[in-house]
Amino acid sequence: MLLKVKNLTRMFAVVVLIMGATMPVAHADDDEDEGRQPAVSNAKWVSECGACHVAYPPRYLPAESWRAIMSGLDKHFGSNAGLDAASANEITAFLEKNADTRKHETLAKPLLRITETRWFKSEHREVAAHNWKNPKVKSRANCGACHTKAESGDFNEDNVKIPK
Amino acid sequence: MLRAFFASGLVVAAVGLTANPAFAETPVEVLAALKAEASGTPGFQGFSAEHGESFFKTKHSHNLSCSTCHTDNPAAQGKHSETDKLIKPLAPAANEERFTDMKKVAKWFKRNCNDVLDRECTPQEKGDVLSYLLTVKK
Repeated sequence: MLLKVKNLTRMFAVVVLIMGATMPVAHADDDEDEGRQPAVSNAKWVSECGACHVAYPPRYLPAESWRAIMSGLDKHFGSNAGLDAASANEITAFLEKNADTRKHETLAKPLLRITETRWFKSEHREVAAHNWKNPKVKSRANCGACHTKAESGDFNEDNVKIPK
Repeated sequence: MLRAFFASGLVVAAVGLTANPAFAETPVEVLAALKAEASGTPGFQGFSAEHGESFFKTKHSHNLSCSTCHTDNPAAQGKHSETDKLIKPLAPAANEERFTDMKKVAKWFKRNCNDVLDRECTPQEKGDVLSYLLTVKK
């Protein structure tokens, strides 16, 4: 009898495990999945990209955008952010591997700014103009102004706090 | 035998985790390397912390100075002028990681001097700035 109960418990555990692994996690809408994806990381990417700005997660731009950014680091948004070849190659590979793979409209030139993607604009449509102009926000590149856990790659809406 | 092997591996891992972060260089060694470099320049008469401080706080090109991001107090936390990204204190007294890796020092001087002065800094300027930073107390 005891053995039977044990077996049943074990079977139940296995079923729950399988369900967890195969069932899609329910989300409100596709776009909001972004903040909940596990954050991928790479030490070089954190130390190099993350020195001057939030190390923007690879999933926010498609691979062709990352390639364009990484091949133009000598003119990186007004600054020469050139890297040694080994670091640049490692970071490019990491970005490409984890890039946004959703289908995008084909553009003549790949977007270089996350803030110009349709996804970004749609996600931030409720943010009022005066919030963007707040000196505490200063730039759309300053994710951490509102996304309090941006540094750890967490862009979950629940952790957003728009400064007053 | 195998057990002994694994045990020794664990000891090595534990030592690795608890040892102080091993820095490649000390700020004084970095300063010495800059001095060796500057000595090759005609008329070199040593570094000046005073010049370093004024260089650090003077606005150069684009209305930028070192202190634009690192603030007038290098022992304090700074902020990137464009992105507001926090920058850890620059003075070794306030941040033991600073100036402990020659490669990193060279990279950031090159990059930041290009942003602030539109050119690379001379060994004299770099040595002056580091001399100044070494005088800053926590």
